[in-house]
Amino acid sequence: MSEEIVTLTIDGIEVKAKKGTTILEAARTAGIDIPTLCFLKEINEVGECRMCIVEVEGMRGFATSCIQKVADGMIVHTNTPAVVDARKVVLDLILSNHKIDCLKCVRSGNCELQKVSKQMNVQDIEFTGEMKHHEIDDLSPSIVRDFDKCILCGRCVATCKKVQEIGAIERSNRGFETCISTVDGKSLNDVNCTFCGQCIMNCPTGALHEKETIDEVWEKLRDPETTVIVQTAPAVRASLGEEFDMPIGTNVEGKMVTGLKRLGFDKVFDTNTGADFTIMEEANEFIKRFKENDTLPMITSCCPGWVKFAEMNYPELLPHLSSCKSPHEMFGALLKTYYAEKENIDPKKMYVVSVMPCIAKKFEQQRDELSNDGMQDVDNVITTRELARMMKQANIDLAKLPEDKFDDPMGEATGAAAIFGTTGGVMEAALRTAQDVLTGKDLQEIDFESVRGKKGIKRATVEVAGKTIKIVVASGLGNARKIMEEIKSGEADYQFVEIMACPGGCIMGGGQSIKSAKTRLEYDVRKLRADCLYSIDEKSTIRKSHENPVLKKIYKDYLGEPLGDKAHHLLHTNYNKREKYKLD
Amino acid sequence: MKTLEELHKIREDKRKELDLRVNTKADTQEKHILVCHGTGCTSSKSPEIVENFRKILKEKNIENVRVIKTGCFGLCAKGPIVIIRPEDTFYAMVTPDDCEEIINTHIIEGKTVERLLCKDIGNKVVNSLDELSFYKKQKRIALKNCGVINPEDIDEYIAFDGYLALEKVLKEMTPDEVVKEVSDSGLRGRGGAGFPTGKKWEFTKVAQGDKKYVACNADEGDPGAFMDRSILEGDPHAIIEAMAIAAYAVGADEGYIYVRAEYPIAVQRLRIAIKQAEEYGILGKNIFGTDFNFDLSIRLGAGAFVCGEETALLESVEGRRGQPRIKPPFPANAGLWQKPTLINNVETYANIAQIILKGAEWYSSIGTETSKGTKVFALGGNVNNIGLVEVPMGTTLREIIFDIGGGIPGGREFKAAQTGGPSGGCIPAKYLDTPIDYESLKEIGSMMGSGGLIVMDDTKCMVSLSKFYLDFTVSESCGKCTPCRFGTKRMHEILTNLCEGKGTLEDIDKLEKLAHNIIKSSICGLGQTAPNPVLSSLKYFRDEFEEHAVDKKCRTQECKALAKITIDPEKCKGCGLCQKSCPVAAIKGEGRDKREIDQSICIKCGTCIKSCPFKAIS
Amino acid sequence: MSENKCKCGCNKKDEFLEKVFSEYKPIKDNLIQILNEVQDHYGYIPVHAQTAISEFLNMPMAEIYGVITFYSRFTLKPKGKYNIAVCLGTACFVKGSQKIMDRLKEKLGIEAGETTPDGKFSIEETRCVGACGLAPVFTVNGEVYGKATVQKLDQVLDKLKEKVD
Repeated sequence: MSEEIVTLTIDGIEVKAKKGTTILEAARTAGIDIPTLCFLKEINEVGECRMCIVEVEGMRGFATSCIQKVADGMIVHTNTPAVVDARKVVLDLILSNHKIDCLKCVRSGNCELQKVSKQMNVQDIEFTGEMKHHEIDDLSPSIVRDFDKCILCGRCVATCKKVQEIGAIERSNRGFETCISTVDGKSLNDVNCTFCGQCIMNCPTGALHEKETIDEVWEKLRDPETTVIVQTAPAVRASLGEEFDMPIGTNVEGKMVTGLKRLGFDKVFDTNTGADFTIMEEANEFIKRFKENDTLPMITSCCPGWVKFAEMNYPELLPHLSSCKSPHEMFGALLKTYYAEKENIDPKKMYVVSVMPCIAKKFEQQRDELSNDGMQDVDNVITTRELARMMKQANIDLAKLPEDKFDDPMGEATGAAAIFGTTGGVMEAALRTAQDVLTGKDLQEIDFESVRGKKGIKRATVEVAGKTIKIVVASGLGNARKIMEEIKSGEADYQFVEIMACPGGCIMGGGQSIKSAKTRLEYDVRKLRADCLYSIDEKSTIRKSHENPVLKKIYKDYLGEPLGDKAHHLLHTNYNKREKYKLD
Repeated sequence: MKTLEELHKIREDKRKELDLRVNTKADTQEKHILVCHGTGCTSSKSPEIVENFRKILKEKNIENVRVIKTGCFGLCAKGPIVIIRPEDTFYAMVTPDDCEEIINTHIIEGKTVERLLCKDIGNKVVNSLDELSFYKKQKRIALKNCGVINPEDIDEYIAFDGYLALEKVLKEMTPDEVVKEVSDSGLRGRGGAGFPTGKKWEFTKVAQGDKKYVACNADEGDPGAFMDRSILEGDPHAIIEAMAIAAYAVGADEGYIYVRAEYPIAVQRLRIAIKQAEEYGILGKNIFGTDFNFDLSIRLGAGAFVCGEETALLESVEGRRGQPRIKPPFPANAGLWQKPTLINNVETYANIAQIILKGAEWYSSIGTETSKGTKVFALGGNVNNIGLVEVPMGTTLREIIFDIGGGIPGGREFKAAQTGGPSGGCIPAKYLDTPIDYESLKEIGSMMGSGGLIVMDDTKCMVSLSKFYLDFTVSESCGKCTPCRFGTKRMHEILTNLCEGKGTLEDIDKLEKLAHNIIKSSICGLGQTAPNPVLSSLKYFRDEFEEHAVDKKCRTQECKALAKITIDPEKCKGCGLCQKSCPVAAIKGEGRDKREIDQSICIKCGTCIKSCPFKAIS
Repeated sequence: MSENKCKCGCNKKDEFLEKVFSEYKPIKDNLIQILNEVQDHYGYIPVHAQTAISEFLNMPMAEIYGVITFYSRFTLKPKGKYNIAVCLGTACFVKGSQKIMDRLKEKLGIEAGETTPDGKFSIEETRCVGACGLAPVFTVNGEVYGKATVQKLDQVLDKLKEKVD
């Protein structure tokens, strides 16, 4: 069936648009940029902020262009004096309750409210008055909420409730007293929040941001006594460039390494190497469970938001989670043992920084389970955005940097590790290793297309070494919940499950470069970043984790067998039921 | 379950039995003592009155007298009201202690208790309800049964043609014919906006859907309006019958009544009525032996004015925060659980059965060109006969306020009438003779609203009143859209400044600019009308606003911050009593000196005014 | 379902909630109905009831909190032994109910929506209790006092204070 095209007139321009598109989208194709604030494609199409109002001839009152669908012969005016005046008043009112401290705001330069204000040439605020004030919530290790910058667009609520199906936050009170709140206004630390950080990604202003921990990194970098080691997650290289105005999904691995070295890190390693370890352990754990038919399906555990979600919502299913630590934690553990020993560094004077696309990793880093000999495996987690900030502070213009390679000996990684950063990647990497381990062969059929792509839930049946394995890959916690309910009710018979908390996986993690609603309408950010990782995989000479020479050497020299005693001690962990709410 | 034949029999027998309720010449030995049990009279002890009557009757072994709890008679100012039928004697402001005398004098001796009779305008004592000027200009359609029947007895409703319209509709009319009848009647939504009811029914009828709902908006939130409550309290079956008719017409089989939890009596009577209707088989499956099914449930509101907006009401029925939805889609297409839903207000429904029984032609013969039928107003404020009045559309404000309402108490001047509550506006004296209908009210800057009609005398400050309404809107705004959430707050702040003498002329311009833009860009009716009280006051009483801004003066002295208390040196005898009474020592002077007030200290509490034996302070 | 500790830690089951839950289907649509029952029973919506409702309806607590704080009938704190509500509907306002409210706040030293520290009195703003004929009115635990004046309020307050002391 061919799609119906309607013709309408917007500001005197004839515009053709598919039936079912909104006036807003149709206008943008014609180069008419109607300002928006609360609008977020498919997530928050509510028309509440009233910025996008337009006049439609024959309609009473203003139309809400982010919701109103186009119709044949419709005549739209986006810029009449009445609309412009009303829109200005709306923006003025929003600003009248906004803590305007742009110069010191973390989102300055990447703030949608700032952009709209500029677009509408705001020079003064006319309707000033009482401003709502709430204390900042910075008690959680991951998220800071500054209510005084909140414009009540509701994008965070929609994301938390509709996409992630967590519902940690909701509008409370009403009228001028309206506030985005947890139950009883508790800190996010005390409620059912998983720290996925998708709320931050969807916040148009600086009301939500990560808990920044770069000061401590600076301090350690300046301390000659400390060996400061940095490792970077697979997805970081696909997004860091965006913070330096490079196209979305540009692979900046080499430039990033140069930048990190210039920042003064003693060693620059790749979390991808850690990911290869994770695959070795996880694939072997799976094979073992599969053969023994023990607590299947096995569910991946490298996503800390997902792990916290499972601990709070499905404590009875925790035995299904792989006991493997996540890649950067495994890597941290190896750095403070094997590497420290080998390089003769006192692990107590070693400081491991992980650069992650994720803010739940900040929470994970603090978990008691992820330590050894009284030392945390990793000392600090900073996000992609924080790394960009550090580089900017150090006058580093990433785009113009030459490329460099990760340091030896722990910088080697495979293509399998690279795709860890996208939904389906962990599953694919594990299957590559599992099929070789099971057959004892070096199989060449290693692309598992069925687990790639943008769908939130991907179910597949794969043949591995002559055996049929039922797998499912889910990203986004709403989808995770669906899979868990299937498992809980017993209606599912999966053997292997991959779950990532963020829709699209780590490339869309809560620590990545934030893209405006407008950019996300124009670009498929997830695909561009995923393509970056798949292309790294494709270009890699080694594309299976178990073939990573670094890995082989460390297993041989130090760890012994996968799942062996030492490996178990350093590379595995456990999970515990966690209360969702801490109320009085 | 009752068969149709059984219902007919009930109607016939009961009608005979109750003839004395409506016929002063009824052929009966019985007497009925009707005691108003609306909220107003209930709160001034009418339940005790009933108890006393019954106790005394029992003690005295009087058998042919029944005591009936009815709905509201309307004249709340004179409550508690007791009426004795068939002679239609109207006793006002009855206390429980009066019962004995009424029984002894009226019932036993057959004489009227003169001292309890009601005084009409001009202090004329009247015997019966019909003689009261309060009732003379009224035409009761929606309130037909209020004060006539016992709302807790379905048989009494049936006696006065109750459920006859439903029978007619189910047995003799197609859904299309029902919709046409309602359309032809010219009935318009009584909830405020006046949308043609027939059209709403038509839209819901033609909407595609495997399931449809009807809903009744009984979330009467307009402060100072209580007609819906009175109808629910006085005649709940009328709403049930109308909703069943509507359901049949639009193809629905399930209904919800959304009613304020703050109306406990209404809720209770509705519950009883629904239960009785179910027992009689008037609700449920295969009503009157047809294949029409209809179930009805109650949903309680929990204190949010915005839930009177139909889409917010839907959200609330579904258990959520009552935040309005953006229209379109309209409820007729996507209402409750996204299914086609017909929503009408209580008073709208209250007209339906009679339109069906008496015909569209009869109904449309009442009223004006564009607004047919009658409208119930809750008359309140500075008016003598506070209460509920139902008048034909086209009645003038003067008739309502002066002829029915008995004018302004205390010999004060009429200043303005407020209609439409927080969505409406203030109407000045020059429009007293405008015939009231939807259009005329809009033209003069107000609106019909749900029917609150508050009269204000010349002691009322219009700036302060504007602030009062914005106060209401600010606390009732749902906060969903920007203009209403922040805009009403900013308007309120400007008005507060004006009332406190901190406003400027520029502020008044700002106020207007904000008002116009909030109206245009808000999502729902609440925001789109919230500035109306301010705009209409500005239109007719701008000089008062300017006085507040420029002269820092409030002519009514209502704005305390602007009030100045002074001592008239001519009258002051220097007694010093005021000085002693002043809590903040703002009064200067010694011995027999004439006293003076230090305005910088004075908190305008007014204590000194009362203390002065020479009335020198004002 | 509602194995919630009461404040004293006795871990007794809340029989009232059990009963309410037995009367409703566990669907979100019933939230406001259930909250109305809890409010009527306890005089407010205690945290343990919120937790129990969250489990019963399988919905996040923030959402329940959002609904509670939206509707002015629901309160998160217990009201005073005597809850005094002043009608600020238009009919009462025009007849001076604001003065009654101001006096009440002044006398009790609390704002509307608050309870005195000793738990004896609380103040509420209401909009039209339907006794417009008696305007201005205030109510004490639902009992209506009509044609109110500041003096009348003072008398009532004095009596109530005598009673609680």
